[in-house]
Amino acid sequence: MRILVIEDDEQTAGYLRKGLKEAGHAVDWSKDGRDGLFMATNERYDLFIVDRMLPGIDGLSIVKVLRSENVRTPILILSALGQVDDRVRGLKSGADDYLSKPYAFSELTARVEALLRRTGGESVETRLSVADLELDLLKRTATRAGQPIELKPREFRLLEYLMRHEGQVVTRTMLLEGVWDYHFDPQTNVIDVHMSRLRQKIDKGFDKPLIQTVRGAGYTLRAE
Amino acid sequence: MRSRLLQSSTFRLSLLYTVIFAVSVFGPFAFIYDETVSSIDREINAAIDAETRGLMTDLERMGGAGLIDVVNERTADPADLDAIYFLADRDKRPLAGNLIEWPRNGVQEGRWYLFEIEAVEGGRETSHHIRSRIEVIPGPYFLLVGRDIHERDKVRNTVRRAVGWALALALGLGIPGGVLMSRRVLGRVDRIAETARQINEGDLSRRMDVGDSGDEFDRLSESLNAMLDRIDRLMTGMRTVSDSVAHDLRSPLTHLRNRIEQALREARDTDDYRKALRAALSDTDRVLTMFNALMTVARAEADMGRQEMERVDLGQVAAGVVELYEPLVEERGMEIAASIAPDAMVRGHRQLLAQAIANLVDNAIKYSPSGERIALTVAVEGAEIRLTVADSGPGIAADSREQALGRFVRLAGRETPGYGLGLSLVAAVAQLHRATLLLEDNTPGLRAVLVLTHA
Ligand SMILES: Nc1ncnc2c1ncn2[C@@H]1O[C@H](COP(=O)(O)OP(=O)(O)O)[C@@H](O)[C@H]1O
Ligand SMILES: [Mg+2]
Repeated sequence: MRILVIEDDEQTAGYLRKGLKEAGHAVDWSKDGRDGLFMATNERYDLFIVDRMLPGIDGLSIVKVLRSENVRTPILILSALGQVDDRVRGLKSGADDYLSKPYAFSELTARVEALLRRTGGESVETRLSVADLELDLLKRTATRAGQPIELKPREFRLLEYLMRHEGQVVTRTMLLEGVWDYHFDPQTNVIDVHMSRLRQKIDKGFDKPLIQTVRGAGYTLRAE
Repeated sequence: MRSRLLQSSTFRLSLLYTVIFAVSVFGPFAFIYDETVSSIDREINAAIDAETRGLMTDLERMGGAGLIDVVNERTADPADLDAIYFLADRDKRPLAGNLIEWPRNGVQEGRWYLFEIEAVEGGRETSHHIRSRIEVIPGPYFLLVGRDIHERDKVRNTVRRAVGWALALALGLGIPGGVLMSRRVLGRVDRIAETARQINEGDLSRRMDVGDSGDEFDRLSESLNAMLDRIDRLMTGMRTVSDSVAHDLRSPLTHLRNRIEQALREARDTDDYRKALRAALSDTDRVLTMFNALMTVARAEADMGRQEMERVDLGQVAAGVVELYEPLVEERGMEIAASIAPDAMVRGHRQLLAQAIANLVDNAIKYSPSGERIALTVAVEGAEIRLTVADSGPGIAADSREQALGRFVRLAGRETPGYGLGLSLVAAVAQLHRATLLLEDNTPGLRAVLVLTHA
């Protein structure tokens, strides 16, 4: 996939490009807001990674301009401004995701993959299924191998999130944001407890577990 | 050199007001004057006209001799000098009337002839101002009918004097009053300017004097003081943040540095390096977590985030947190009982409120022995909304509660994880929401109460 990185700090950009290339992407880089915006509007990319504080035009303005010109390419803002209000402002400007610096590379790649594999447009699905696990989004019911699974509303949303990101790594922060809409990290790791409960419900008694822990990154749900 | 007084805008204003005042006094008086004098004039004129018409009818009816009789009859009383009648022949020699001779040196004003006469009244010689009308009668004779207008002149003079005095008074009081007032105002402005100068020169603790009259100057001083307090708080906040960042991040950073150095010195194989790097990475994460928490606290303390506030249901926010922590509570063999009133609306920052409540619940879990019960309630009490998180753990001794809110303050042993920033954040979020945070004794345990205003 083709990714455009708009980032003025050379070291940060270098690290980012190297990592993304290793993950198999083609990466272009612009040091300057104006050039970056020019490249973004004139060439086809699958993802933009934009810093907020840039020479020329700042990152939020770039996002706004692109969105006002109907460029629908996913945008990930990468910024040193990492407070809740900064995030909210970033997402409001039209970006799809916001990651504050410094970040763990696993967090970045998880988010990049999620954005790249995002199905264009929110297609209105009524059922999700991974292997023998099925989720009825209308009736809000789950079954595994035909057997009904009792889920609390939040567990249902957690599972829905995992299934929509089938085969991808989702981090704890992504889950907190995507399922709970919390943009802070609780002091104690509560996500793991939720995950282990969900696991109990959908994997216990089946020889092929669907939920896997990805060390140092998060979780993934996939059909082996 | 122009005096300060003349330069002061207050003086100029008071001068302007004095002039406006004078004009506004003068205006009505002038109107009254004009109305009074002209209505008297109209009356006099009408009387003269009526008199003349009457005499002319008499002349028609009774002829010249008859007219002489009538005039004589009307002027029979020599003391009555109000009404003047005079009939003269072609050479203006008197035929009848109460004038000795035809008036000379009078002035013609339209159809009116004005002149003065001297009369002896009660042994005193007095001068009378007469307005008259002259008719030429075929013969030819001259008939003069007049009225003494000195009453009118008296009224006119009275009114003129009154206007004069009023003006003099308006100016005489207005100008010194304005000067006095501007002195007073100038003095207060000067004091404010002086205080501002001192603050500017570095004495940041100086504040404007506030009187107790609650006037504009007191209000100005109050707002200036509020502004200065806020700036002060922001600066103190900033300083404490940088101080504590400098101070408290120094030790983990030193630790991190030592670890790296040691690895470079002692590591023998890649395995050693890998171990050292991993440890360094987790040290870095610790520093970052601390740093983020500190930033959140500092921002909330500096009142940043008030623009992001909205009407939120505190009950829903609390329920979300309970739901987030429930599995953890159960895993620890504890129980969390939530009692949440509906429609607990507040003006608040959803994320920060959730984070604050999460910190309270987190502490309750962390510091209570397993098997205990945590109670979270949201209650609407009139204009207040009270959120309570209560546990039955060891609690915090009464004299340490204030201290527990401080940054990096950890009262319990080092064995529980944490940075001592949890309650600092709760306190900062409370301050941002103009809410009160109370730490009470739950006998046993801690009861943390957030009192917010119902929106
Ligand atoms: N519910 C509680 N019960 C007993 N002690 C508490 C409780 N909450 C806080 N404390 C005490 O107050 C200190 C400060 O709390 P906090 O600011 O949340 O920091 P941390 O939890 O990271 O230590 C804690 O170290 C602990 O000693
Ligand atoms: Mg705590």
